[in-house]
Amino acid sequence: MKTPLSWIKDYVDVPADVTTAELTERLTMTGLKLESIHSPGADITGPLVVGRVLTMDPEPQKNGKTINWCTVDVGDANGTGEPQGIVCGAHNFAPGDLVAVVLPGGVLPGGFAISARKTYGHVSAGMICSARELGLGEDHDGIIVLPEGSGEPGQDVRPLLGLDEEIIELEVNPDRAYGLSLRGIARDVEVSVAGASGFRDPALRETPPADDAGWPVEVEDPEGCPVFVARTVSGFDPTAPTPDFIAQRIQAAGMRPISLAVDVTNYVMLETGRPIHGYDADKVQGTVRVRRARDGETLTTLDGTRRQLSAEDLVVTDDSGIIGLGGVMGGETTEMSATTTRVLVESAHWDATSMFRTGKRHKISSEAGKRNERGVDPTICEAAADRVVELLTTYGGATADPGHTVVGTPPTAAPITMAASLPARISGLDVDADQVVADLEAVGCTVERDGDRLTATPPPWRPDVRDPHDLVEEVVRLRGYDRIPSVLPKAPGGRGLTRAQALRRRVGRTLAGAGWVEVVDFPFVGDADLDALGLPADDPRRSVLRLSNPLSAEAPAMTTTLLPALLRTAARNVGHGTTSVAIFETASVTLPRSTGPAPILPVDRRPTDAELAALVEALPDQPLHLGLVATGDAVPAGWWGAGRPVDWSDAVGAVRAVADALGLALTTRPAALAPWHPGRCAELLLGDVVVGHAGELHPRVCTTFGLPARSVAAEVDLEVLLEHAVHLRPAPAFSTYPVAKEDVALVVDASVPAGDVEAALREGAGELLESLRLFDVYTGDQVGEGRKSLAFNLRFRAPDRTLTEDDIVGAREAAVALAAELTGAQQRS
Amino acid sequence: MSGPNTDYDPVEVTPLKPEEVESARDAALAAIAAASDLAELKQVRIDHTGDRSPLALANREIGALPPQARKEAGQRIGQARGAVAKALGERQAVLEVEHEERILVEETVDVTLPTDRARPGGRHPITLQSELIADIFVAMGWEIAEGPVVEAEWLNFDALNLGPDHPARTLQDTFWTEPVDHHVVLRTQTSPVQARTMLTRTPPIYVACPGRVFRTDEYDATHSPMFHQVEGLVVDEGITMAHLKGSLDHLAGQLFGAGIDTRFRPSYFPFTEPSAEVDVRCFVCRGVDSAECRTCRGEGWIEWGGCGVVNPRVLTACGVDSERYTGFAFGMGIDRSFMFRHDLEDLRPLFEGDVRFSAAFGTEI
Ligand SMILES: [Zn+2]
Repeated sequence: MKTPLSWIKDYVDVPADVTTAELTERLTMTGLKLESIHSPGADITGPLVVGRVLTMDPEPQKNGKTINWCTVDVGDANGTGEPQGIVCGAHNFAPGDLVAVVLPGGVLPGGFAISARKTYGHVSAGMICSARELGLGEDHDGIIVLPEGSGEPGQDVRPLLGLDEEIIELEVNPDRAYGLSLRGIARDVEVSVAGASGFRDPALRETPPADDAGWPVEVEDPEGCPVFVARTVSGFDPTAPTPDFIAQRIQAAGMRPISLAVDVTNYVMLETGRPIHGYDADKVQGTVRVRRARDGETLTTLDGTRRQLSAEDLVVTDDSGIIGLGGVMGGETTEMSATTTRVLVESAHWDATSMFRTGKRHKISSEAGKRNERGVDPTICEAAADRVVELLTTYGGATADPGHTVVGTPPTAAPITMAASLPARISGLDVDADQVVADLEAVGCTVERDGDRLTATPPPWRPDVRDPHDLVEEVVRLRGYDRIPSVLPKAPGGRGLTRAQALRRRVGRTLAGAGWVEVVDFPFVGDADLDALGLPADDPRRSVLRLSNPLSAEAPAMTTTLLPALLRTAARNVGHGTTSVAIFETASVTLPRSTGPAPILPVDRRPTDAELAALVEALPDQPLHLGLVATGDAVPAGWWGAGRPVDWSDAVGAVRAVADALGLALTTRPAALAPWHPGRCAELLLGDVVVGHAGELHPRVCTTFGLPARSVAAEVDLEVLLEHAVHLRPAPAFSTYPVAKEDVALVVDASVPAGDVEAALREGAGELLESLRLFDVYTGDQVGEGRKSLAFNLRFRAPDRTLTEDDIVGAREAAVALAAELTGAQQRS
Repeated sequence: MSGPNTDYDPVEVTPLKPEEVESARDAALAAIAAASDLAELKQVRIDHTGDRSPLALANREIGALPPQARKEAGQRIGQARGAVAKALGERQAVLEVEHEERILVEETVDVTLPTDRARPGGRHPITLQSELIADIFVAMGWEIAEGPVVEAEWLNFDALNLGPDHPARTLQDTFWTEPVDHHVVLRTQTSPVQARTMLTRTPPIYVACPGRVFRTDEYDATHSPMFHQVEGLVVDEGITMAHLKGSLDHLAGQLFGAGIDTRFRPSYFPFTEPSAEVDVRCFVCRGVDSAECRTCRGEGWIEWGGCGVVNPRVLTACGVDSERYTGFAFGMGIDRSFMFRHDLEDLRPLFEGDVRFSAAFGTEI
């Protein structure tokens, strides 16, 4: 809400020593937050004065234009007292007129500096100004002609044009709809600014009593439209100009002056908060009715849009049909125009929820709708209509018609009962019952007091005040939020981070310590991303939860995998010149379940456990995933020698490092899954449970995402790993007897996984085996085509004795024998 | 080898002549002194103390002397051999030190060579900021609560006093999942976690809820469809706005420096009543001579978040006895806090995954 400060002061007296900064600070601290202060003339510097045109000689030019060579009396503002010679291209003024003159040295909006300059054969020393040049409006190309008697030549013209006006913009929260009116702002100034007094309510006026002589109105839906007031004026002069003060004020409020009749309704809306609609009465046929629309009905609104109406929309009709979307926007057929001489003034109270829904349904955001949907004082319909009539008769030459239609009665606010101690109990401020009563009365409540119990009836302009806590807020804002003490509450001993929270940190630190960089991506995905991964049609990751209003058509769903975003991010890094990249992300993915809708539960009680369970059941699974992608070098080339490019084992190794940090050991086996290389993808298992995959990416995937060949990736269900993380690790017991080291080289078919051979050796070696490590893989002539040799280092040790040669040979042979049995391994001689 | 010789020769043995012994000793000492490295000294040792060295030969001859001469010859030779052994030992020590020094010099490397064999890793600064905030609350005895980002409409809105026709719903541009009548949204705030907490726990409740939230904002320098929030919720007996102020002052002091506090301005949130906007004192200028301050743009204060007393309607919907308990709640942007704490003007680096950005923060902020 924007308003000139002087307008507020029309309704409330503010001590002269209260600065604008102080006044707006107080408004901010009581709930109407200052957004900005500006002056229309803020961009104008230098001499801008009243001038009287003395002479005006038209001089036709070769280019077909006619300029006026003028002399203008600017008093002694030019230092000489002599008339000022000025060339002017406009013609809407005459000798003797008072005009606004900017003299050399002045600067107009846009940094337009004025100096004496030669033009059209004269030295033009200044400029006679139009409204546009002074930043007062885009529509006015003509010279501003000031009313006779408004000032003397040479006098500063700024105050006459409202250029020195301070316009304040206040942020009005949904609960302070009253702040969308001068009436409401002025009232808050009175209650919150020290020394302010004498609030004059613009909606408090004697109105003529209702009668049956007015325009016939019938309201079929009194719930949707509890009050409908109709007044008419005749003999209105549609050419009558809007008085400057009205034009300036509605313009300051951010609205465009249109015509006197329209401007007056807007002016009264700003003044009282009550939206008013004016019809061309000659275009309205017969009785005006209010009802709900019927499905299929249409209306072309003032903005030229043809709208399909719904049965929930409130409409205004006449004998011709629908003539307006009640409270939201009028219809085209009864619009006031340049020929309107009779005006039907509608001042009606509308149901806020209907207004909200209709505005939302038709995507209409208007000044009227904004007020109607937040709640307007229902008791001032007559006063507002009367004020419009007054202005139309005063400035438009109209005559008020006899007859005052008032249909319905305004709804009344329900009284609220609360303990007088509640404000203190809620705020922590020391505020006694007398103060509470005084504050509530100051904001317009009527309060009855019965011991500690207060019954407060909110004023009609505060439809938002419904609960005791709403009353508390009124008291606290007047007492001052800045006076609330600062006291640290004493929480009972907490349990610290949950285990999962602590472990997630451990996972992040482990990866960061191993050279991986965490990134955060948006969780949105599109079919093209899933295609780019090469997912087959039946891949479960293609079953995505779609958004009904995605920001981008390319990513309209919640992702089931972290990889597309990670691959894009990795490629972006490469594009930025970082050729070696290792990134990871931990985030939840969304795995839809085929469930019904989530219920909308009641709010007047706690839902039952069954209701809550149904709610949670309707949500998708959202397990926490870990994804990682690397490309380029794992170790860069340097003075130490050649670098090592990342390979599949870096991806597996990173996941293993995470598992290790959680006290878990993962096993691997070959798998073929997109987006990985079918021969270089490991399935990662925790026991029998597949927790994810890691390996080198499919070459096509690298190409599609613009990544270098042989980039690697992994994705695992971190949730499973966190659940199984080892909590208490037993202290190790280790033997100090001598270790026996045995190397074994086994030749197997090239297709046999090393993991299988290792597992067989481990099992076969029995409990004397302390550790086993594969240290070499050999393929070549010595082992033959299609074969490979795997070299293991085995360490044997007993807890209680030194092993004998027999012990060692026995264990080793048992290991080799089982490997031979299970994997066809032959000991290499 | 020479064993004890009983069959001694009565004739005087030449090598045992005092001048011969002295000469052999002097030759040995000279050779020792002249040895310039350990290898030469080793040869000197062989030549002058080995089996075939004059002093060794002389020593072997002592047994051939008549008993009365043995003592004197023994002493003479013993002294000579002792002097040689001592000189050898000393020279050995000197040469060893020299040798070690020379090796160390030869082994000198250029320690200014780069050592960047390992990739620098890093955690995302928003993760770190979230953890830092969580730690501040945990230190106060609060707990950290979490919930899903794809959330039931009822928990995101209705339970929080944001009914379907509430004007404030339009203030939060919400992502809806398909089909819309399934009433599932991307949470617009972390408040549903508060609702879940109240629904599943009994007071006293002291929790903070950091997490990702979503709004249908086009992505630019100051807006993102996804961002991070932390909310706090306390429900206990006797809780007032003073406790709210105390908690936020504490958080501000911990996050931005001792003495940094907050101020409240009246505001409106459906979830709370009374409600307040909370500003944090500018930690750069501290509100003194703010005019030139870039961080607070001359205000002395920085808009931080919203807060208030939990609306009893919310307590009721979440099964908390609103007669017995009161509560407060607050929320602020983690990304925003990070941005002004670390002087970042454009939020997009947070979500674009350039490794240079995260890596710059390492593993702690
Ligand atoms: Zn500052």
